[in-house]
Amino acid sequence: MSLMQSTRPLDPWRWLGVPALACVVATIVFAIPIKVFGLLLPEPVFPMVLAFAWAVIRPSVIAPFVLMLLGLFLDVFWGGPMGLWGVSLLASYTVVLASRSIMTGQSRPMRQVWFAGATGLTMLTGFLISSVISLAVPNLLAVFWQFLATTVLYPFAHRLIERFEDADVRFR
Amino acid sequence: MRLSFRDRSNFDMKVPLTWTAGVAVIIAAVIGVALLLGDRRETFQVQAYGVTKNVVDTLSAPVSSTLATPGRWTGNVFDMARDYVLAGSQNRQLREDVSSLRVWQDKAIAAENENQRLRAVLGLKTDPPIPMVTAHVIADSRGPFADTRLADAGRERGITPGNPVMSERGLVGRVVGVGHDVSRILLLTDIASRTPVLIDRTNARAILSGDGGPNPRLAYMRGQDPVKVGDRVLTSGDGGVFPRGLPVGVAVQGLDGAWRVRLDSDSSPIDFVRILLFTDFSQIADQKDAIAAGLPPLSSADAAEVAARVKTLSASAPAASPPAKAPAGAAAANATATAKTLANALAASKTQPAPKHPPPPPASAATTPPPDDGAQ
Repeated sequence: MSLMQSTRPLDPWRWLGVPALACVVATIVFAIPIKVFGLLLPEPVFPMVLAFAWAVIRPSVIAPFVLMLLGLFLDVFWGGPMGLWGVSLLASYTVVLASRSIMTGQSRPMRQVWFAGATGLTMLTGFLISSVISLAVPNLLAVFWQFLATTVLYPFAHRLIERFEDADVRFR
Repeated sequence: MRLSFRDRSNFDMKVPLTWTAGVAVIIAAVIGVALLLGDRRETFQVQAYGVTKNVVDTLSAPVSSTLATPGRWTGNVFDMARDYVLAGSQNRQLREDVSSLRVWQDKAIAAENENQRLRAVLGLKTDPPIPMVTAHVIADSRGPFADTRLADAGRERGITPGNPVMSERGLVGRVVGVGHDVSRILLLTDIASRTPVLIDRTNARAILSGDGGPNPRLAYMRGQDPVKVGDRVLTSGDGGVFPRGLPVGVAVQGLDGAWRVRLDSDSSPIDFVRILLFTDFSQIADQKDAIAAGLPPLSSADAAEVAARVKTLSASAPAASPPAKAPAGAAAANATATAKTLANALAASKTQPAPKHPPPPPASAATTPPPDDGAQ
């Protein structure tokens, strides 16, 4: 790769558009009403992968807005309060963005721990917002299951980071 | 901190991208908080659901429907495989169920017959059966912060916000948003769901509060020992949102000691629902006009009559109307209770002599309580 190519900014469609679209499709697929041996499909928060990976890859002006749009899509598609997932995802995005220099050079297991922490922060924000809006405490076990289902998505975040982390040398 | 500059070289004012990214985060967060503050998800009003949600529901309906169809087939294959493996034990269980239900069937027939005679003698006006619409579920969200379903029937089939939704076994929730051919159902398990219910055995009232888990809580229960494990829970009809007597589930005690309900609808397939075209009182009445009009003055004769009626009602046992579609056991129990109540009411009634030839029973069985029911 020549120096000119390496310093060329990332194409937003490649690292923002396509993954966002993939998250939308995955969310729709996992909303199919189906029981397998009496058990329902899990409901992971797919955009959490992007909230983590985008913040690690590089700072961006577009990413927070795309993340907010994805959050709004989750709110509308799942029938939740408008803004719940947008704010929750942005909370973890902000924390990861602020601490990305710490994560640089970390091993994969360590990053996985960071991802779990960021997911936990997202769920905690959602928990607090839901408690305030509905004046009721969400079921902790249900929150934990969604946290667990989301945490196992780390390989997708890792792949996205590996793919685009070095694409823009200004942020290495 | 590593600073960088805008990508476009012809930009005169160079601002570090990290800072602009931070500003973007703040702006996006402000938008999100503003949307949160403006959300009125828990209300019944059509406007509260919002145009955006309606448009997204309408757009996602064909996509979800297309994806759900093979999903249903796959689910059927899994169900067939499970049934094949468990055929022996299921057969044994079904034989036991059938033998016990035959006893209940006999009781139900006798009680229903007695019900009809007593209703006829008392001249009670019964409500017509509630029309219903069957719809496929095309999307299902089951997270801790939102539990809703999307059904492929909407305004074109007469569905309105507030309509109760049932599975083949019990209450599922209520409609909160309606598009042309799609509707959004708020499940009983959703954290915003509040449903007035009663315990069938004691007639104790409670509010069924969803919390995102599979078993919603029984809150605001009144009376001493109003519930025990295994008690049937039905809709109470209080507030007029749901008709009285719809089966909800069975009372269980959670690990936290709180009383919860194991929903009947959990054991039924999730791919289709029945939407009852029941109009609640808040939809019928024009609230502003009702408040503005006020109540007519009460004459002394009316007051005396009301006092006498209250005394009579308090002396008799509380009424328990049969559910719209209850399991045979619950239906028979309800019918027996209603028969007893009606018999008491008949004995207490002195102002209305029984006709020599009682009129024939109504052609259609009532699925909701009479309009003058005290609970409503």
